[in-house]
Amino acid sequence: MREQDFALREFFGERRQELISHIPHAVELGMTVEKAGPCQALLRIPQGARLLGAASRGVVFGGVITTLLDQVGGTAVMCSQRELTSIATIDMRIDYMRPSTPGRDLLGHAQCYRLTRNVAFVKSRAFHEGEIDDPFAISLSTYMLASNPATPGVVKALEASYRVKRS
Amino acid sequence: MKVARSTSDLAAVAAQIPYAVYLDLRVELDDEGVLAHLPFRQDLVGNAGLPALHGGVVGAFLELTALFQLLASARDARNPKPINFNVNFLRSAGAAECLARARVVKHGKRIANVEVVAWQGDRAKPVASGFGNFLL
Repeated sequence: MREQDFALREFFGERRQELISHIPHAVELGMTVEKAGPCQALLRIPQGARLLGAASRGVVFGGVITTLLDQVGGTAVMCSQRELTSIATIDMRIDYMRPSTPGRDLLGHAQCYRLTRNVAFVKSRAFHEGEIDDPFAISLSTYMLASNPATPGVVKALEASYRVKRS
Repeated sequence: MKVARSTSDLAAVAAQIPYAVYLDLRVELDDEGVLAHLPFRQDLVGNAGLPALHGGVVGAFLELTALFQLLASARDARNPKPINFNVNFLRSAGAAECLARARVVKHGKRIANVEVVAWQGDRAKPVASGFGNFLL
């Protein structure tokens, strides 16, 4: 597939933050889109005291990594679609290899490695800056495509939320 | 973390977890075990159109419920660390409180396996299920 075939190609560059700006919880956590491209995305969650599992240890709670990996996986799926449809996470499995390092931002990278008519398959990892080959968590997840096919106007609403311009 | 033998023990542990405080997680202990409550909040939404809670928040809620059930079931004071966690998203979790219960399937010497189910209103219609392995 060529880059011009991707429905959200116009968000692969400077406008990449708009990929998640309509998602309240992503905005709430201060998530930023560091990179977006064909079938992949890189997101960041800035470190914050309220995300900790135990205040004394300074380590982020595992569930926050769930949110990061679910979000980056979903963003990678959106960045894989030729025709924009709504998506819903079917399942995800996360391995926590070690605790995150206190005080450092969390980065999440996801690759949608297979897209069928109904299901998208994603691999993702969570790591610290400059340590993509030494992740502290890894995830495999699947997403259902066209999750609300019966709802009229879903694609229109999606296009509106992503502010896709149709020529 | 210490062993939680009562609702007030659980509340004391929850108060030590900043992320649980942020989610406004409520936990109580009854004859069946831990019952966890996650109040709905607009800033926890993932899909504003439906609206539906963010999948990551639902996953985190399951993980917290599993952890609290483990603390309530522990024979001695340990600090369980998640090794892995699996979440099945069964229905979108709408603008209402989420409830969850967990069951310790196997409580080994070093590893515990815990199952969790979350629902809204009707327990027969779960919004998510999950299981995880914890290092004790």
